[in-house]
Amino acid sequence: MKSRNLVLVIALALMVVFTAGEVMAKRIEIHWWHAMRSARGEVCNTMIKAFNDSQDKYTVIGTNKGNYDETVNAGVAAIRAGKQPHILQSFEVGTQLMMLSGAVYPVYELMADAGYKVNWKDYLQPVLSYYMDANGNLVSMPFNSSTPVMYYNVDLFKKAGLAPLDKSKAVTWDELGEMLDKIVKSGVPGGMVTAWQSWTQIENYSAIHNIPFASKANGYKGLDCELMINNDKVVNHITRLKAWMKDKRFFYGGQKYQGPKSEFIAQNAAVYIDSISGIAKLKKAVKDFNWDVAPLPVEAWMKAPQNSIIGGASNWVLKGHSKDEYAGVAAFLDFLATNDMQIYWHKETGYFPITLTAYKALKDQGYYKESPYQEVGIKQMTRRDPTEISRGLRLGYFIQIRNVINEELELVWNDTKSPQDALDSAVKRSNDLLRSFEKTYK
Amino acid sequence: MIKRSIFSNRFLPYFLILPQILVTATFFYWPALQGLMQSMMLSDPFGLHNRFVWFDNFIELFQDPLYLKSIVITLVFSASTAFVSISGGLFLATLANRALRAKALIRTCLIWPYAVAPAISGVLWLFLLHPSYGVVSLAIKRWFGVDWNPVLNGTDALLMVIMASAWKQISYNFVFFMAGLQAIPHSLIEAAAMDGASPFRRFWAIVVPMLSPTLFFVTVMNIIFSFFETFGVIHTVTQGGPGGSTNILVYKVYQDGFIGLNLGSSSAQSIVLMSLIIFITVMQFKYVERRVQYTG
Repeated sequence: MKSRNLVLVIALALMVVFTAGEVMAKRIEIHWWHAMRSARGEVCNTMIKAFNDSQDKYTVIGTNKGNYDETVNAGVAAIRAGKQPHILQSFEVGTQLMMLSGAVYPVYELMADAGYKVNWKDYLQPVLSYYMDANGNLVSMPFNSSTPVMYYNVDLFKKAGLAPLDKSKAVTWDELGEMLDKIVKSGVPGGMVTAWQSWTQIENYSAIHNIPFASKANGYKGLDCELMINNDKVVNHITRLKAWMKDKRFFYGGQKYQGPKSEFIAQNAAVYIDSISGIAKLKKAVKDFNWDVAPLPVEAWMKAPQNSIIGGASNWVLKGHSKDEYAGVAAFLDFLATNDMQIYWHKETGYFPITLTAYKALKDQGYYKESPYQEVGIKQMTRRDPTEISRGLRLGYFIQIRNVINEELELVWNDTKSPQDALDSAVKRSNDLLRSFEKTYK
Repeated sequence: MIKRSIFSNRFLPYFLILPQILVTATFFYWPALQGLMQSMMLSDPFGLHNRFVWFDNFIELFQDPLYLKSIVITLVFSASTAFVSISGGLFLATLANRALRAKALIRTCLIWPYAVAPAISGVLWLFLLHPSYGVVSLAIKRWFGVDWNPVLNGTDALLMVIMASAWKQISYNFVFFMAGLQAIPHSLIEAAAMDGASPFRRFWAIVVPMLSPTLFFVTVMNIIFSFFETFGVIHTVTQGGPGGSTNILVYKVYQDGFIGLNLGSSSAQSIVLMSLIIFITVMQFKYVERRVQYTG
């Protein structure tokens, strides 16, 4: 009997505590699920705290839901259960999926409804264009964006008698080939490695050279698009890399970044292509040689190389919440886009500032003089206004398509298939996926 | 005479098995039915667009040469893993059973690897066999000139994941074989020895038949292990690559469903996988179990 009374008392006490807490908390809670962990997660927490301290109406609660895949899956489960957060961070390959989900409150509408007059012209266009619908309206708010660049080992370059590379003018692939030849002859085990081969060697290669990746303006203009990566130019590029494998100017280090990065750090390779957001990791890991960053190589025939495209993630506002809450969401997104936050974000993580004003402010501060690495990506990405082809990719089952491309490229690298066969087969397999995706939404 | 207990109340036995049935229904039948439903639909992950397409997902699967390849890879992988781990476990158990000194210590050491999670085991093997920093692969390259490269070469990769999966399963099998061996009466073996049977003959004619229940159990468990639990090894070591050469069925289900969010195809794959494992297990019980000699 006694223990029963005790339980009752405790239950009552808990109820009192919680209801009292609710009465006292007049602030509206905004939930943000993101995929930023460790150091980046801390940066997010700092920004959230800054927002919460800056006003007294809203409290943003950020929750890390794991990596990108896990965060999207958490979002999927939450939407199915009707318990979705206000803001969900989703990676760029999931853009088409999120846009068609019917669960999203487009950002341009949200900002207009909440009375914000955002000057979208002031944003980095290649970043915005990745998340715009066919009519040029922004559907999700860009958050962390990066682009691939070329890292190189300055010491090994010197040893091979090569001068450091220019930070804004890209070398041509032919020039790079000659350089790598000298490097391999100078005794380095291998020339070049690349992370995320589909993203860097096919998606970005296509964008920079203004070659369509898929029909229908890379899928922006319809679900009935088809992959087009088995064109001569891409096939030639892959054939060249394959030829470079014979004399070790190129070798394969794995699909993601870990393998290739460790080859670069171990000085098994002098050139390493990866996202600009790799700077922080290299700074930490490399102690025994000098390295630098250069834009991605271009073909000699491409006189006016296009912008490279982004990788990363954006924040999606989800439907099903009240107007008051959306006002808070808008205020938070607006806060994140302010100069202070963008500058802080860029400096801490290496991801791009999303507005031109923030970029200019960083320049005026002299930030790029002290860390010239950081500007290579921005310059490469903003060197030209995006075309219909270089603005981004909008494909269903894109994650699986990337897997297909990875698989087929690996079959090229290990001599199972010729580049043409592999890319033909990648196109065929991807088109099957695209058709089944199209059927889902018909 | 067979012993039988009879309940006085007709409903009591049903009541007593109710919890078990509830658990099985909630955690097995219900999800399996959901999977079956999903496998005949094309749907977006959010469940807002659903289209019933009958067997389209299955037809697509079996028209995909890579899926058929994945089935073959799974069978090769499972058979090899089971074979290596069973024969390894049996071999070690036979040796350990005859050890004269420090029996307990040897046994404990041999059981240890089972405590290692498959994912960790994969990473350990990767450290040994990675073409750039793996001690073993650098050594064989230097001494034997073998160009071992599991990052690029499909056969090497498959060998590596088989070794990583079998290695830790050897310990599991070792425990069962050890127990099985200890249950064999010494008198039998001694009698055979006195009749002049060689050690090899004694092993085949006495030990193996006496061990057959254990062997059967271990085989079933190992096949199931290699179909499902090796996921961790594949995930940490090869992610199904290179070129899909280690993409076993269970990993493909995960990749297409969880990562690719293609729920229809992924559900169809898991139905196929489920049918396959049910088929294999039934076959084992039907044909292999006949040869098992249960004693007592």
